Amino acid sequence: MNTSLLKKFTVATLLAGTFFTASAALKVGDTLPDLASFKLEGQLPNSVKGKIVVVDFWASWCLPCAKSFPVLDEIQKKYGDRLVVLAVNVDEKKSKMDGFLTKHPVSFAVVRDAEQKLVAVVEPATMPTSFILDGAGRVRFLHNGFHGEDTRKEYISEIESLLK
Amino acid sequence: MKYKLFFMLASALLIIGNGCTNVKPWQRGTLADYTMRADRDPLGQAQMQHIWFSREEANGGAGVGGGGCGCN
Repeated sequence: MNTSLLKKFTVATLLAGTFFTASAALKVGDTLPDLASFKLEGQLPNSVKGKIVVVDFWASWCLPCAKSFPVLDEIQKKYGDRLVVLAVNVDEKKSKMDGFLTKHPVSFAVVRDAEQKLVAVVEPATMPTSFILDGAGRVRFLHNGFHGEDTRKEYISEIESLLK
Repeated sequence: MKYKLFFMLASALLIIGNGCTNVKPWQRGTLADYTMRADRDPLGQAQMQHIWFSREEANGGAGVGGGGCGCN
C-alpha cells in the first residue's frame, strides 16, 4: 500500500469514527430483540406470548428507579396474568442490585444485564427507561424517566388501551 | 508545505475527536456515586468556606439559601 493511499485510508477511518457513530436505539414500532440470546442473569418469565410486557431498564444508583418500583409492582399485581413486568438491571456489580432489591422488594421478574449487551442494543436514553410491548412483542409506548403519579397514570391508560 | 500543515492539523483534530466519547446513561453508576458529590464532606466544605471568608474576603456564593431580601 503506498503512502498516499494509507493517508486516505487513515483519514477515512478517523472520519468514520468521529462522525458516523451508529445509533440503533429501540423506539416505538420496533420489536424487542430476543432476550434469551443476551445471557441475562436471572430467570426470564416463562411465557410472554400474547401478553403485554413492560420492560424496565434500571440501576441501583438511580433514584427515580426506586420510586418507579412500587408503581411497577402495583401494575403487575393489578393486571396479573394479562401482563408481565420485566425489570432489567444494568449495574456492573450484582451486590449493588441485590442491596437495592433488599430495600425495594418486588414481585415481578428481575434480570441483570451483567455484560451490558442488551442495554447497548436497546440504548435507553435515561435511567429508568421503560417500554410497553403489545402481545406481538412490538414496542407501543416508551417512557424516558419516571415522573411519579403522571407516569403511573400514563402506564395504566396505555395498558388499558392495549387490553381493549 | 501548506498542504502538509493542513494535513497534520486535520489529523490532530480527528485524533482528538476520536478520543471523545459520551458516557451512556447506563454507565453513570460511578458518576452517581456519593463520593463524586461536591458536598460529600460537610466539615471540609465548612473549612473551605472559612478560608474563603478570612483569607479572600469572600463569603457565600456556595449555596442557594437566601435571596438577599433580609427576610430572615
